[in-house]
Amino acid sequence: MTARIGVVTFPGSLDDRDAQRAIRLAGAEAVALWHGDHDLQGVDAVVLPGGFSYGDYLRCGAIAAQAPIMHEIVAAANAGMPVLGICNGFQILVEAHLLPGGLIRNEAGAFVCRDQTLRVENATTAWTHGFEQGDLITVPLKNGEGGFIADAETLKRLEGEGLVAFRYVDVNPNGSLDDIAGLTNERGNVVGLMPHPEHATEPGFGPDTPSAMRSGVDGLTFFRSVIERTLAAV
Amino acid sequence: MLGGAPARAPVGSVPMTTAPMTIPPIIDSVAVAAATPEKEQPFAALGLREDEYLRIRSLLGRRPTSGELAMYSVMWSEHCSYKSSKTHLRKFGQKVSDEMRKNLMVGMGENAGVVDIGEGWAVTFKIESHNHPSYVEPFQGAATGVGGIVRDIISMGARPVAVMDALRFGAVDHPDTERVLPGVIGGISFYGNCLGLPNIGGETWFDPVYQANPLVNALAVGVLRHEDLHLANARGAGNKVVLFGARTGGDGIGGASILASDTFSEGGPTKRPSVQVGDPFAEKVLIECCLELFAGDLVEGIQDLGAAGISCATSELASNGDGGMAIELDSVLLRDPTLTAEEILMSESQERMMAIVAPGKLEGFLAVTSKWDVETSVLGEVTETGRLVITWRGETIVDVDPRTVAIDGPVYDRPMVRPVWLDAVQADSAASLPRDGDLRAQLLALVGSANLADKSVITSQYDKYVLGNTALSYPDDAGMIRVDETSGLGVALATDANGRYSYLDPYAGAQLALAEAYRNVATSGAVPAAVSDCLNFGSPENPEVMWQFAQAVEGLADACLELAVPVTGGNVSFYNQTGDVPIHPTPVVAVMGTIDDVGRRIPSGWQDAGDNLYLLGTTALELDGSAWAGVMHGHLGGRPPAVDLPRERDLAGLLAAAAHEGLLNGAHDLSDGGLATALVDACLRFGVGARVWLDELLTRDGIDRTTALFSETGGRVVVAVPREEDVKFTRLCEGRGYPVARIGVTDDGADAEPVLEIQDVLTVPLAELRATSRAPLARFA
Repeated sequence: MTARIGVVTFPGSLDDRDAQRAIRLAGAEAVALWHGDHDLQGVDAVVLPGGFSYGDYLRCGAIAAQAPIMHEIVAAANAGMPVLGICNGFQILVEAHLLPGGLIRNEAGAFVCRDQTLRVENATTAWTHGFEQGDLITVPLKNGEGGFIADAETLKRLEGEGLVAFRYVDVNPNGSLDDIAGLTNERGNVVGLMPHPEHATEPGFGPDTPSAMRSGVDGLTFFRSVIERTLAAV
Repeated sequence: MLGGAPARAPVGSVPMTTAPMTIPPIIDSVAVAAATPEKEQPFAALGLREDEYLRIRSLLGRRPTSGELAMYSVMWSEHCSYKSSKTHLRKFGQKVSDEMRKNLMVGMGENAGVVDIGEGWAVTFKIESHNHPSYVEPFQGAATGVGGIVRDIISMGARPVAVMDALRFGAVDHPDTERVLPGVIGGISFYGNCLGLPNIGGETWFDPVYQANPLVNALAVGVLRHEDLHLANARGAGNKVVLFGARTGGDGIGGASILASDTFSEGGPTKRPSVQVGDPFAEKVLIECCLELFAGDLVEGIQDLGAAGISCATSELASNGDGGMAIELDSVLLRDPTLTAEEILMSESQERMMAIVAPGKLEGFLAVTSKWDVETSVLGEVTETGRLVITWRGETIVDVDPRTVAIDGPVYDRPMVRPVWLDAVQADSAASLPRDGDLRAQLLALVGSANLADKSVITSQYDKYVLGNTALSYPDDAGMIRVDETSGLGVALATDANGRYSYLDPYAGAQLALAEAYRNVATSGAVPAAVSDCLNFGSPENPEVMWQFAQAVEGLADACLELAVPVTGGNVSFYNQTGDVPIHPTPVVAVMGTIDDVGRRIPSGWQDAGDNLYLLGTTALELDGSAWAGVMHGHLGGRPPAVDLPRERDLAGLLAAAAHEGLLNGAHDLSDGGLATALVDACLRFGVGARVWLDELLTRDGIDRTTALFSETGGRVVVAVPREEDVKFTRLCEGRGYPVARIGVTDDGADAEPVLEIQDVLTVPLAELRATSRAPLARFA
């Protein structure tokens, strides 16, 4: 059987088709979900893609977090369904209180697009168990508001409980506290990160690697991890 | 009057500041106009000449209403009517061969040209200027430049897939550049990123001639299936005219007529309110909405609203269709309810589209716009009257033949004169400048000059990944996008212009711009197929500028014919001058090429050690107008490099064959800064060094080392060939009779740090080259 992974399109979503392509490349069926629906169409997992949902007016992700379909997603996530938030999707997860903290304008003030090295800090989640802890991976990063912030107590809890999923290596591109690039919840089913794993899934169109230009496919492991977990659960 | 507040010039009969809401203003209707022929009208403040105003009166057989005057003033502006350039632009239509027509589905004159690229796919692309707004308000000016060109692409029925930009700024260290450049880059980044379109390249130049006249030329490319092609015209009496997208506000009023069709002057009005304000979220939603409307066959045609807003959309749709249209202006959804009818007609509010919808499909149409939360209003319908009739509050305020507004505007054959200073400038060749001296220092001076410097401070602010089809992007010579995910079919795009060459010889300069863009596309492994141009010049009222313009158009048209690539559309931007000093003539040329499989693309640097480096083409002493002359000697004189179009065509054919057989690991075209710059760029692309020798070149071409390194002779590319393909490659060159010389090998430095070594001349570590190259633009990081 094939895993079915939903990708939500909000008005202003940009990388929704790219997430669908990545899911297909990883071997699952991609299911398009619409922000205004209340129907998850029986999917096994959900991706909240990158973009500027609702123009990111008010605060990034704030309006999308109140979209009709988010009621279903929050309930499903609380029941253990794997949910991945990429970039704007991460911001939506934070605004929906599925992950803690906040994301603010990059320290340098400008949008930044770069091939970013990340260290996998938690290789036990639904989306990362295909990695080994400490793996260095290269994933494109592109955002204007990716600076992770949280109060000292939250940071201490995140670090103490191993909830930091990814950390920036070499360069901290946006001023995130503790170089935090992505988080997981305690249960390990909800993961959010600013970089875009869906853009490191197809040779020829991913980040440069030492062996060849645009050949990086480290992002495939995110989707393969969740597919494996989903199929094992059946 | 122009010194006051042109953007809100009360073209109506009642001064808006004193009109209380309780007293209905007197509407300047057609009947009122007919009854009050003597009324004075502010045509000059709206940018119309007296003879143009008199012509409007004679066309109508009465004085125009204030609404008609508003329409004519924007539509007859230089920006919208091409009145000074039209007679010259006809050459692009005249100099066309069957070979050029073969793949052209839609030529010049539509929103954007469309080219058949095979496998049932077509590509539409266009480059357009947003220069004046970007100087007045850099962020919004540049942002709405991207927005406008993207709407042109949508209106053809295509999905936009990438953007590029060609930028010119004043001196890199001038205080105003610190205002303009970050604003322009921020605006392009904000709008393009938020639209979800990868920015795949372009170019950025600095020169004091652009100090108060920066150039912001934005290019967009879209793809469509052949059967999805749509043209914007209003046919079928009874079909509905629908306005949808953002509401109409008071921004950008007179943007085309007052801002883009006039020169800036010291101490003049700021013209800031004439700049439009962009909302990329609204446009992103509009893209998806339009594509769904086209896919559902719910529209007859869609026209974007850009310059001249509703005036342009209604008159062009009607002119291109059955000729008649009746509109109720009261139905336009407003952001500001106090706008006058004239302001509504002239507003350039962004993110709006006008559709022609069959009555039976209106319900389906409204369901789609409602799904995307796009506000929509039905303004009226197509008629068979041959008249564009607009009513406002129950009165007819416009009743015109739409062709007189949109098509049959004034055409000027402006006086031209070859500049008197040109002979002296051309006689002052760079060949007499001293060419001895420390070549290492000269190389570093060029690498560290603003025009040749690393532009990643700019390009790192652009999303190059979104849509997942980017095969090449900056710093590669051309940007490349996959069109078909199954076959790998794709397109490559490059833009080029060298204002210094065009200053020395506008005819040759335009040809060299085409030759370079053509070569850049070929260097990526693609086959050049079509051209769009954005012709940036000073005031057409200056006969010298007009001569430069005519020469550039003639040169470009001749070269397109020779290279068999059709011009599919473009844009003219005049009045790029402050006071009496025009910019260098800057004809920006964009070339689009096709490639069967983007998997065969060639990057502009070497990826592996041990490849052989070959230089294709020969080198002559051609330093006039070069980066070397400018950087080392502050010199601009002589004649630009010779144009040899048959050779460029041969070279492109050779590169296409080599790419098809997979013989090349890297290729970089030689242009600004010559061989030296190409070697540096190609080393820095992937951090792999090279050992290069010049002796064979010096002997074969009879040149000195400075010339070998810095001459800007055309028809040259440096390529990296893996050893196992060496024999095949050299045979290919011999078979095609193209000059080739082995000039070195790539070298990653093994355990030592990688360097660029030119034997007996210089050795520079790549780290030093990179640091030098990054320094000039570091101030903008």
